[in-house]
Amino acid sequence: MPDGAENQADIPRPDPDCLCRDCLHVWTAPAAPQNEGEASESDRRGTVLLCPACRSRRTMRHPELHRLSIAHIDCDAFYASVEKRDNPEIRDKPVIVGGGRRGVVSAACYVARMYGVRSAMPMFKALQACPDAVVIRPNMEKYAGVGREIRQMMRDATPLVQPLSIDEAFLDLTGTESLHGGSPARTLAGLVLRIERDAGVTASIGLSYNKFLAKVSSDLDKPRGFAVIGEAEAVDFLTEKPVKMIWGVGKALERKLHQDGLSTIGQLREMPLKNMIQRYGSMGERLYHFSRGIDDRKVDPTSETKSISNETTFAEDLSDFHELAHILWPLCESVARRLKKHEYSAGSVQLKLRTADFKILTRSRKLSTPTQLAEILFRQGLELLEKEADGRRYRLLGIGGADLGPPEDADVPDLADPDRDKAAKLERVMDEIREKLGSDAVIKGRSL
Amino acid sequence: MKLTIERAELLRSLNHVQSVVERRNTIPILSNVLIEASGSTLRLTATDMDIAIVESVAASIGTEGATTAPAHTLYDIVRKLPDGAQVELGKEEDRLELRSGRSRFTLQTLPTEDFPVMTGGDMPHTFNLSADILRGIVDRTRFAISTEETRYYLNGIYVHAADGIMRAVATDGHRLARVETPLPEGAEGMPGVIMPRKTVSELRKLIDESEGDVEIALSDTKVRYAFDKVELTSKLIDGTFPDYERVIPSGNTKMMQVDCKAFSNAVDRVSTIATEKMRAVKMAIAPGTMTLSASSQDSGSAVEEIEIGYDDDAIEIGFNSRYLLDISGQIESGQARFEMADASSPTIVRDVEDDSALYVLMPMRV
Repeated sequence: MPDGAENQADIPRPDPDCLCRDCLHVWTAPAAPQNEGEASESDRRGTVLLCPACRSRRTMRHPELHRLSIAHIDCDAFYASVEKRDNPEIRDKPVIVGGGRRGVVSAACYVARMYGVRSAMPMFKALQACPDAVVIRPNMEKYAGVGREIRQMMRDATPLVQPLSIDEAFLDLTGTESLHGGSPARTLAGLVLRIERDAGVTASIGLSYNKFLAKVSSDLDKPRGFAVIGEAEAVDFLTEKPVKMIWGVGKALERKLHQDGLSTIGQLREMPLKNMIQRYGSMGERLYHFSRGIDDRKVDPTSETKSISNETTFAEDLSDFHELAHILWPLCESVARRLKKHEYSAGSVQLKLRTADFKILTRSRKLSTPTQLAEILFRQGLELLEKEADGRRYRLLGIGGADLGPPEDADVPDLADPDRDKAAKLERVMDEIREKLGSDAVIKGRSL
Repeated sequence: MKLTIERAELLRSLNHVQSVVERRNTIPILSNVLIEASGSTLRLTATDMDIAIVESVAASIGTEGATTAPAHTLYDIVRKLPDGAQVELGKEEDRLELRSGRSRFTLQTLPTEDFPVMTGGDMPHTFNLSADILRGIVDRTRFAISTEETRYYLNGIYVHAADGIMRAVATDGHRLARVETPLPEGAEGMPGVIMPRKTVSELRKLIDESEGDVEIALSDTKVRYAFDKVELTSKLIDGTFPDYERVIPSGNTKMMQVDCKAFSNAVDRVSTIATEKMRAVKMAIAPGTMTLSASSQDSGSAVEEIEIGYDDDAIEIGFNSRYLLDISGQIESGQARFEMADASSPTIVRDVEDDSALYVLMPMRV
């Protein structure tokens, strides 16, 4: 089977269409038997394309494989994988990372998922489904550290990395062929091997010609997967897929589309652009184009973070304003610390509450002056909280800063708030003391 | 009720009262104007529960009486009637009939008993201000009123008495305007009050159509402006205005003088390029000249040089162009003085020939 092309040096050499994900060997597979209507070689059940160089079975074949350059990389069950890496004893056990008895599942390993455990599921439900699961409290600092290592490896592959969260990102590898001496597909396969080797977690790759399809395809072959959607097949591929596969179609929009008789992506294509925009606004335009496999959005390395937030689920439901306020302060401190560390200012404050019956409330407020300060987040958060602390019982409280901007815009003097400048100076002094003497060196009375 | 009135008179009065009435009302009676005819006077009243305007106008009254009718509809009808027309208003059971020339309208009415009366209550402080002074106070502060809902206490002009002067202040946190006038007789001991934005704008319309003195009466919660034939009563904003004196810098030593017309024309031109959101222009100030510039990623860049009076160290400072234009539009002598410290501290702007107004501007990063 191997080296079919070399034997036919006199006829035009077809572009290579194969890749070994273990040794990164690239070759051209011999043409599939010319039986009309029959599936291509790699699709045929039971037929495995072996790597001619290392005999590995982890090979890819796709006519556009080495021409596509927009990728989405998503780590597999990231938090759980990091925990398994650090504790080999739990490697084969179902592992759930999540908060306490009352929290929700932050991540579930693939073993736990076999029991039906899913991310964002309430912990008690997850434990009903999988009573033997090893439950680990999330250690966000550790995950963030691993996430940063992985991001750096991605940036070694291309400067155009647009992180979506701690463990996933878009990569645009256009024009990196000569730098890495190989196609984007080969660079990506090498990148995930490096992530596995150096960071100790596995990741899945989606490769296509735009962001939308790259994101869709990274989900197709999880975990440790590599899936490709080429330009030639994209429209057919999408036809029978549900509308919710489109990025931005949440529960509400999906319901609306269903009501309008649109449940598959193919059905969206039957609607004229004008109607789509009339009915669904700017989202309608996106649906129109996405349903045709068109997505012009660039991989933008600057649109990294949209908001910085922190939340906590209580040991028991709370309704008292003062108790909630007491919990709010450390959350504000942590958000402010991250705003300062990552050099952002927040232009608005968002408060999040989850009621005892699992309804989520979010309240947000635009700030007249962007901030980095825990004190300002707290004051604003408190005012928002006050309106909601009306006796309802809550199980979760969170606060975040959004509308992120450059740090220079933060906390400029406000002519209508002369005390703000003082508060800002005080907090900066406290930060300096903590920097030198540790985070507990000086605290505000309200954290006692 | 039956009366005849000249179209122009009615229109002028309706124009005053109808502008208080909100376009959308959940309480039907608030869409109506209260019409009362007695003696030889027609009284029109409108309210949104926060502000009430009562206007009296001479009319020939056939039969005394009262009713309420939709304010905007009535205003629109009268507005469309020909100049010089006579308007006849009559109440027929639960309808208001309007006749003029060959036109005839019938309007639904609501009972006068349902019309909310906004009483001023006891107003212990009374004083007079001339329409001109009042206009000067309003015009030179209102542009700085904040629209931020969360800091509702900034949504108006703060007026208070201090050492024989009356001060009016407005700020949105980015700019501040302070205007002073000698404390009028009777205003000693007046409380510090915040006049809501809508009240200020209704007041401003009334000032334009009157001369002479305006009688102002105050309590802790309400204000009443009495003109010749119109009375505007309003609730005050119940809040504490910030201690603004502390944000007015005192040690700014870099003094720059500029001709307002040349300056605002140049700012206006250069800001064409500035981004819609930030509207920032940069002022590079050196002895004798200022270079105004703006740039945006989308549209390009602009530079313009103007002459100034300045002999200190060169400084670069950025401002929101709209704020610069607002302020220079209020400087009557045509010469503005900028008092600056550095590119990140509050800057004071004054009229070189008039000490009564002071403006503070926060610079922007450019």
